[in-house]
Amino acid sequence: MNFDFSEEQKLLQKASRDFLEANCTLARVREIFESDLPYDEALWKGAAEMGWQGAALPESVGGAGFGYLELALVAEEVGRAIAAIPFAPSVYLATEALLLADDAAINARYLPGLASGDCIGTFALAERVGQSGGSNVETALSRGKLTGRKVAVPYGDVADIAVVVAKQQGKVVPVLVELTGAGIKRHAVESFDPAVSQATIEFEAAPAKRLGKLAEGQGLIEDVRDRAAILLAFEQLGSAQRCLDIGIEFARQRYAFGRPIASFQAIKHKLADMFTAVELARSNCYYGAWALSTNSEELPVAACLARISASEAFQFCAEENLQIHGGVGFTWEYDCHLFLRRAMLQGSMLGTARDWKRALIRRLATSSVE
Amino acid sequence: MDFDDTPDEAAFRAEAVSWLEKNAELKKPGEKTAGGLERDDPDTIAAAKAWQARKADAGWACITWPKEYGGRGGTSIQNVIWGQEEGRYAVPPNMFMIGLGMAGPTLMAHATPEQQKRWLPKMIRGEEIWCQLFSEPAAGSDLANLRTSAVRDGDDWIVNGQKIWTSGAHYCDWGIVVTRTDPAVRKHAGLTYFVVDMKSPGVACRPIKQISGGANFNEVFFNDARIPDTQRISEVGNGWAVAITTLMNERSSIGGGGVGGGVGFRDLLDLASSVELDGRPAIEDGAIQEKMADYYVRQKGLQFTSNRALTALSRGETPGPGGSIGKLVAAKMRQEMAALAMELQGEVGGLLDTQLTADEAGWQQAYLWAPGMRIAGGTDEIMRNIIAERVLRLPPEPRIDKEVAFREIPTG
Repeated sequence: MNFDFSEEQKLLQKASRDFLEANCTLARVREIFESDLPYDEALWKGAAEMGWQGAALPESVGGAGFGYLELALVAEEVGRAIAAIPFAPSVYLATEALLLADDAAINARYLPGLASGDCIGTFALAERVGQSGGSNVETALSRGKLTGRKVAVPYGDVADIAVVVAKQQGKVVPVLVELTGAGIKRHAVESFDPAVSQATIEFEAAPAKRLGKLAEGQGLIEDVRDRAAILLAFEQLGSAQRCLDIGIEFARQRYAFGRPIASFQAIKHKLADMFTAVELARSNCYYGAWALSTNSEELPVAACLARISASEAFQFCAEENLQIHGGVGFTWEYDCHLFLRRAMLQGSMLGTARDWKRALIRRLATSSVE
Repeated sequence: MDFDDTPDEAAFRAEAVSWLEKNAELKKPGEKTAGGLERDDPDTIAAAKAWQARKADAGWACITWPKEYGGRGGTSIQNVIWGQEEGRYAVPPNMFMIGLGMAGPTLMAHATPEQQKRWLPKMIRGEEIWCQLFSEPAAGSDLANLRTSAVRDGDDWIVNGQKIWTSGAHYCDWGIVVTRTDPAVRKHAGLTYFVVDMKSPGVACRPIKQISGGANFNEVFFNDARIPDTQRISEVGNGWAVAITTLMNERSSIGGGGVGGGVGFRDLLDLASSVELDGRPAIEDGAIQEKMADYYVRQKGLQFTSNRALTALSRGETPGPGGSIGKLVAAKMRQEMAALAMELQGEVGGLLDTQLTADEAGWQQAYLWAPGMRIAGGTDEIMRNIIAERVLRLPPEPRIDKEVAFREIPTG
């Protein structure tokens, strides 16, 4: 049995944590949060120097030539720091979409920039209130031109390229668009987590190119979402663990009725439940990382397990951490709400835990996974 | 990262399989191993003893025990591999868990060489079966509150009191028992640990009928029972430390994390696919899907947590703290799954009839067992305290019973 990361991988994780502790304190996240800056540009450049954006990309396109296990651990640390960088949309979504579509010309043109961080990618899915990505997609691709409107696009105001879920000849397909080109109107909108900027993007006959074959578009999008869900789950795992750590620290130091509140069973049991949620999420995330790194047939089920447990663990830990803090947890000054906002935002990306639960049961019906 | 054996582990597994192939039959599809709790008739006991002796002769009886006690001197991961492989064969139930898993390691840590020589060889060969006498009517979660007394009388101790929740007391040869030898000192300081001959005069067993209808446990009464001082383990007054050794081994043998025998997740999935809700299969209902997904996420999470612990063992490390969540999560999940399965059966859910219900009333039985799982080996609340205090290192609750003489503690 070898169901854990290797010593080398853990060293890489340690280096990632050290780097983020030096360059991405909660005070720094708050600077982005409270300013008009869309993201932490210095951190994004630093991350690129560490090779993070290209962690899973081959050296031939400027990647670091690690793999998905390493990328998963970096993601956990990015989540732990709740870093204000477009890591998820650019690395887990746009880059993965290009890799899966496997178009040599497109990859030669964009992957080096995505690997170096010079190009920021994003993924545009939602068009309105409600569940996204199914038959209600209206953004349309016709003769190489994209027309429509996407909302809640993560870092859509600063991204250079977007993979857009659109319709072509009645089929749902992924479409690659340069956001700096013609026919694009975009503006940042108020984000539930101001450390993660979001934009509305209007496409008016914007030049665009379908990724993959027409008939395989829906499957391609599903594959991208599954793979991204596992990596995003690692971010959520890291954030959930941090909420638990902060909750423990606060409960030890805060005294009430003459003793640390951590000595009260009501608080202990809350923290024990948070720990339990984090451990279950961690184990399911590791399974997701294994499935991703081996390209296993079990990946669609593994993605559901990782995503559901990490989404729920992060939301639960962010909420309970705030409650443990009592009144100060409700203040702008304390950091509890930074995690709470991130938890709810990430929980809404790529489908909610509820969506993934239903998908899981559908997938189990046709899967041999025990 | 993978789920594979190392070359050494694979070689060990092959050796185990090669012996099992020659000495046992593979289970038939769907065949389950009865637990020692479920079957205790004389024929089963005889078969279990014979199988244990056969394993002992071939060096498979106790993988992790040192060779000097008849064990294999193997590693924890080898013990797990042996369990996986033996579990595929139709072998008698293991009635020796308390002895091999709890009493044995305790004796190895605390008993004299003479005591070890007396008990361990027969324990490992299954010639003598052991039970545990810790809990009392007024000492469950608060075990150190026990009041069964032992009073010195020459070379013996005279024991009076009542123990409870002892599985197998009626067929066991020996018991490990914690007693109070000094009520004038602090509660944890006045305890002494003994081995008791279950057939000695003054020891009487009475089965306890559970809500599930079965009687798998006993009350054990001590009426002036005599225990020779040669059967005392460790010093007078050191019983708590010895008991903790036993309990640590109990937790390490429980922490598996599966949902237990009988019905499981796939059965629930089949049930939800076969019954209707509002005119269509219940499994197509979103609310049912969400509940089912919750169970599956937890079950797989526990399975992979267990795989992480095995990995630590495989690497020769101590498993991390994740294992402590197993029973807490599994027991509650089991209760919820059983409740949903009964609900899915509609009015028939309220029957216990094996013909009319789904899965031969397995879910109704599971529902009646589940509350016990949430209590045995540490209640949900105690498990949370353990996670909070031992894993997360949170400060203990202030207590009024720790620094006073046992007899001064309020009893309500």
